[in-house]
Amino acid sequence: MKVKMLSRNPDNYVRETKLDLQRVPRNYDPALHPFEPREYVRALNATKLERVFAKPFLASLDGHRDGVNCLAKHPKSLATVLSGACDGEVRIWNLTKRKCIRTIQAHEGFVRGICTRFCGTSFFTVGDDKTVKQWKMDGPSYGEDEEPLHTILGKTVYTGIDHHWKEAIFATCGQQVDIWDEQRTNPICSMTWGFDSISSVKFNPIETFLLGSCASDRNIVLYDMRQATPLKKVILDMRTNTIGWNPMEAFIFTAANEDYNLYTFDMRALDTPIMVHMDHVSAVLDVDYSPTGKEFVSASFDKSIRIFPVDKSRSREVYHTKRMQHVICVKWTSDSKYIMCGSDEMNIRLWKANASEKLGVLTSREKAATDYNQRLKEKFQHHPHIKRISRHRHLPKSIYSQIQEQRIMKEARRRKELNRIKHSKPGSVRIVSEKKKHIVAVVK
Amino acid sequence: MSASQAAKSLLALSQQEELEDLPKDYSLSTSEDEGDSDGERKHQKLLEAISSLDGKNRQKLTERSEASLKVSEFNVSSEGSGEKLVLSDLLEPIKTSSSVAAVKKQLNRVKSKKTVELPLHREEIERIHREVAFNKTSQVLSKWDPIVLKNRQAEQLVFPLSKPQSAFAPIEHMLSGWKARTPLEQEIFNLLHKNKQPVTDPLLTPVEKASLKAMSLEEAKMRRAELQRARALQSYYEARARREKKIKSKKYHKVLKKGKAKQALKEFEKLRKVNPAAALEELEKLEKARMMERMSLKHQNSGKWAKSKAIMAKYDLEARQAMQEQLARNKELTQKIQRASESEEEEGGAKEEGEPLVPDVVNEVQVKVNGPNPWMFRNHSSDAREAEVQEGPEEGAEPAGHEASESEEEGPGAEEDMLLKEFEERRSLRQKSGLNGPVGSPETKDSSSQEVLSELRALAQRLNKENRRSGRQEVSAARKGTVLQVQREEPAEEEEEPLLLQRPERAQTLDELEELGREGCLQNEELPRAAVEGQQLETNPNNHLGATPKEKKRKEQMIDLQNLLTTKSPSVKSLAVPTTVEELEDEEERDQRQMIKEAFAGDDVIRDFLKEKREAVEASKPKDVDLTLPGWGEWGGVGLKPSAKKRRRFLIKTPEGPPRKDKNLPNVIISEQRNIHAAAHQVRVLPYPFTHHQQFERTIQTPIGSTWNTQRAFQKLTMPKVVTKPGHIIKPIKAEDVGYRSSSRSDLSVVQRNPKRLSIRHKKQLKQNSVH
Repeated sequence: MKVKMLSRNPDNYVRETKLDLQRVPRNYDPALHPFEPREYVRALNATKLERVFAKPFLASLDGHRDGVNCLAKHPKSLATVLSGACDGEVRIWNLTKRKCIRTIQAHEGFVRGICTRFCGTSFFTVGDDKTVKQWKMDGPSYGEDEEPLHTILGKTVYTGIDHHWKEAIFATCGQQVDIWDEQRTNPICSMTWGFDSISSVKFNPIETFLLGSCASDRNIVLYDMRQATPLKKVILDMRTNTIGWNPMEAFIFTAANEDYNLYTFDMRALDTPIMVHMDHVSAVLDVDYSPTGKEFVSASFDKSIRIFPVDKSRSREVYHTKRMQHVICVKWTSDSKYIMCGSDEMNIRLWKANASEKLGVLTSREKAATDYNQRLKEKFQHHPHIKRISRHRHLPKSIYSQIQEQRIMKEARRRKELNRIKHSKPGSVRIVSEKKKHIVAVVK
Repeated sequence: MSASQAAKSLLALSQQEELEDLPKDYSLSTSEDEGDSDGERKHQKLLEAISSLDGKNRQKLTERSEASLKVSEFNVSSEGSGEKLVLSDLLEPIKTSSSVAAVKKQLNRVKSKKTVELPLHREEIERIHREVAFNKTSQVLSKWDPIVLKNRQAEQLVFPLSKPQSAFAPIEHMLSGWKARTPLEQEIFNLLHKNKQPVTDPLLTPVEKASLKAMSLEEAKMRRAELQRARALQSYYEARARREKKIKSKKYHKVLKKGKAKQALKEFEKLRKVNPAAALEELEKLEKARMMERMSLKHQNSGKWAKSKAIMAKYDLEARQAMQEQLARNKELTQKIQRASESEEEEGGAKEEGEPLVPDVVNEVQVKVNGPNPWMFRNHSSDAREAEVQEGPEEGAEPAGHEASESEEEGPGAEEDMLLKEFEERRSLRQKSGLNGPVGSPETKDSSSQEVLSELRALAQRLNKENRRSGRQEVSAARKGTVLQVQREEPAEEEEEPLLLQRPERAQTLDELEELGREGCLQNEELPRAAVEGQQLETNPNNHLGATPKEKKRKEQMIDLQNLLTTKSPSVKSLAVPTTVEELEDEEERDQRQMIKEAFAGDDVIRDFLKEKREAVEASKPKDVDLTLPGWGEWGGVGLKPSAKKRRRFLIKTPEGPPRKDKNLPNVIISEQRNIHAAAHQVRVLPYPFTHHQQFERTIQTPIGSTWNTQRAFQKLTMPKVVTKPGHIIKPIKAEDVGYRSSSRSDLSVVQRNPKRLSIRHKKQLKQNSVH
C-alpha cells in the first residue's frame, strides 16, 4: 500500500543564502484581503497618534528686557540666532544650549531691523537713533571693547534693513529705499515712489537684484536694483506689514497684511493674488518662508503663529501658548525643522515646524513607519472622521470667539451680497472674486 | 496723443537697446543745453512762438511790458500784447534789398524744419521707464517657469538641492588664521613654538633638518640612509616583538626560556674566563637558585598537577612529555654547576629517584626526549608522520580492493587523509615561516582529532624505532596501513551517518516529487471530471430534491399575483373611466386603447416592477448558512449526498430581520441598503482633484501598505514628498543648481556703473520735492 505524504519543495521556502530575505508565502488576491477597511483603520490610528504626539513647543529663550522686535538667522550656523529688542538691545543666542551667548546694547530706542551678512561674519542693525551699525559676529576678543565695525549716521529713521544674498550690498528703508555699498557711507542708489514711510524691504533670494518693499500708504512696491528703478506698485485694502519671498520660486512672494490676511502674489501679475490665506483674526505682522518653499509661517497680533501651505488658503497648524503675547517677528530655520518667534512679552520661542515629528535620528523602520503613516493620512484625508480629527485644534478663547464672530460677519456680508444680486437687474451688480476684492489698484 | 506716441517710440527704442543704454537717452531728454545765451534766448522765443500757433499752449506767458513801449509815439509798438510779431512781417518792408535774400532763405529753411516736440513730463518718463524695466524683469523671471513647475509637480524633492562639497584644508591653513589672544593661550603657544613641534607628519623634525643642513650633502645622505635604516630596523624589531608576544604556545615559551638559560650559561662560561670575580657572583646567584629549588617541591612529581599527569601519562603522550620536562627542569635546577662530571651521575640518580613515581611509559619515551631539543624532535616526528601519511593511501588502497564493504568507506577515508595532510602541511609551514613553531594548533582542533593525532604520533614513534632496529619495512607498512584504516573507520562511520540520513531522503523526495508530479497530472486529469461531477451532484440533488416543492409553491404565488394583476388592472381602469360615457366617445377611446395596447404589447410594466420588488426583498433577506461537508464522517462520492439529518444539523438559520418598510406599500421599493453606521465614515462629496467617483474609489481601494505590496513597491508608494536632511542648511535655489548660467556681472558693478547719474537724478528729485 502506498502512503501519500504531504511534501513541499524546499526551493519554495528555503533561502539561497543567509543574506536573502525570508520568503513569506502570501496570497495577493484582493478578494481575500479587503484592503480598504484595514488601511482606513490604520489611517485613523495614524491621525489620532499624530494628534497625540503633537507637542510643538520646544523652548523659550528669555533674557530680553523689552519686546522682541526683530529676528535674524545666521546664514552658516543653524544654532545661532540674533534678536533685537525694543530697548535697543541685540542678543545672540545659541539654540542647542538655549542660552544667550552675547548681548550688545546696539541702539537707543528700538532696534528696527537686523540682518546678517551672507558669509556670516558680521551683521547689521538699524535703530530709532537714525544709525546703521555693522557688528562682528564673533564676540570681541580679549581686551577689546564691544563696538560696531562701522556706524553710518543717517538723516532719517531707518525702519528696516536687508542684506544682499551674494554681494556686499545692503538695503535700508525709511523715507526711501536706499541701496548701500558696505564700503561707503553714502547710499549708492535711492529709490522712492510716493512719500509715505516704508516699513520693510526684502531682497529676492534667487534673482538677487530684485527688492520688494511695503509702505504705510497700503502699497507694495517692487524695485530693480540694477536698473535703479521701481517696477510696479500694488495698492491693497489695508497696509501691508512685511513681505516674504519664496526661496524656491523666484517670482512668488507673500505679503502679511493688516486685514488679517496674507496674500501670495506672482510678481509678474500683481492684479490678482495667487492665493489669499485667511485664518488669523488680527493683523498679520510677519511672514517667513520655509527654506523648502512649500510652506510659510506667519506671526499675528492675535497672539498666535500659523503655518500655511503655499497653495492652500487655510492654515495647517496654529501655535499658541498662554503666555505668548502679540507675536512681532517669526523665522523658519534654515534646516526647515524649527520655527522661532519673538513676541511682545520679551521671549523668543522655539517650535517644531512639524508638531508631531519625532526629533533625533530615526531608525529605518521608524522612518518607514512614519512615511507610511503620512501617506495613509494623505490618502484618507477626505474621510469625515479623519478630517475632523486632523483638523481639530484647541484655541484660546479669545481667538475662538473671534473666529466665530468673523464667521458670522462674513456670512452676513455674503448674504447681503446675494440679496443685492437677487434684487437688482441681472448683470448690473458685478460679482468680484475673493482674490480680487482686496486689490485696490495696480500702478505701473 | 503726441506724448503717447513718443512713449511708444521710446518703448520700441529702448527694447532694442541694452540695459546700460537706457540712462543715456534719459539724460538726453533731461539735459540742459548750455550754449550762447543770446541765440539760446532767440531760439527759445522762436520755439514758443511756433508752439503757441497750434493753440495748445493755453498757458499764457505773462510778458513784461514797459510803459514807454506802449505809450511812446517815437517807437514802433507791437500794438497790444495780443498781437504777435512774426519774423517774416518784419522782413516784408525790406523787399528791395538784396542782402536780405540770404536771411529769407534761412528763414524759409527754418520754417520747413519740423518743430521739436515738448519733452515729456518727468512722471510720464518715469512711468515709461518703470514699464520697460518691469517687462524686462518679467522676461528674466519667466526663465524660472519650467523649474518651478517641475518642482511643484515633482514626486519627491530632496533638500538641500546641491550637495555641499567637502573641502579638505591642511592643518597649517587652519592654524595660520588662529592667533593666541589670552595670556594663557600665548603661553601655550610659546611652549609649542619653542619645541618646534611639527604640526603635521613631516619626514624630519626641525632639529633633524637643522642638523642635515649643517652636514655636507654626502654626509647628509649617509646620515639619512642610516636614520632610515635605523627606523626600518626598529620597526622590524617592534613588529617581531609584537608577533612573538602574541604566540600563545606554552611549549614555545618553555623552549625559549630554556634557550635563554643556555645562553646565560654560555655567557657565564665566558665570564669565568674573562672576569672571575663577576662570575663568582653569578655562581652564587645560581647556587642560591639551586638551594631554593631543592628546598621547594616545585618541580617534584608530588604536586596536584603532576599527580594527575602521572595518571594520564599512561594514555597521553603529551602528559608524559610534560612530566618529562618537569623532571628535567628539576634536574637542571638542582644540579651543581661546578662539577660537570658529577652532574651526569646525579642525573642518573635523579632518574632513579623519579622512577617510582613515574609510570613506565614515561620512561620509555624519555630516552628519545633526551635528545637535543624536544621542539626539534617534534619537528622530526611530524615529518616522519607526513611521510607515512603520504604512503598511507597507496597502501590503504590494496585492502580496500579486497573488501567490497570497505569500498564505501574509501571516499570519506580519503577525505580524512587529505584533511590530515593539509593540517600537517599547515603546521609545518607555520613552523618554517615563524621562528616559533606551532601556535597551539592541537588545542584548536577538536578532541577526537587530537586523539587520533596522538595515536598516530605514538605509532610513528614506534615505527621509527622499528625502522631503526630492523629493515623489514614492508611488513610494518602493511600493519600500519591496517591500523590506519581501523583508525579511519571511526570518523568515516560518523560521517556516513548524516550522509545516509540525508542522501536517501533527498533522493526520496526527488523521486517522490517526480512521482507526485506524474500522479498530480493524473489526478488533475481525474479531478476535474470527478469534481465537476461531484459538484453537479452536490448542486443537483439540492436543486432537484430540495427545491422542487418550494418552487412549486413559489410558482403558485406568482400565478396568484399575476391573476391579481390581470384582474385588478381592468377594474382600476374601469373605475377610472367615467360612468356616463357616450358611445361614440367610448368607441374612440376603445380604439385608442386598442392602439396603445398594440403599441405597448410587449412590456408589462407592472409585472416587471413586481418582479423587481420580489428580487429586492429576496436579496435583502439574510441567507441561511450551510456548513455541511459532504463526505465528512460518512461515505462520499459521485451520486451521494449528505444525509438530511446532517444537513439539518449544520444548517445555521439566520434570525429574521426587522420587517421591511415597504411591506405594506405595494407600489414602492424602499432600499434598506444604506448603513448609517458606515455612512459616518464615508466620503459624501467627491474630493477636488478627482473627476469621477470611480477614480476616487480606485485610489482608495489600492493598498499602499507592505502587507499587500512588495517591499520595493511599498517604498515607492510611501515615498515622502519632501525630504530634508537634519542639520543641513537649505539655501535658496540658484541658477547654477538647475543648469542655468548665472549672470556673470555682479549686481554691485551694474549699480555702480552710473552712480553719478543716479545721484544727480536723486538730487533733482529731492530739489523738486523740496520746492513742492
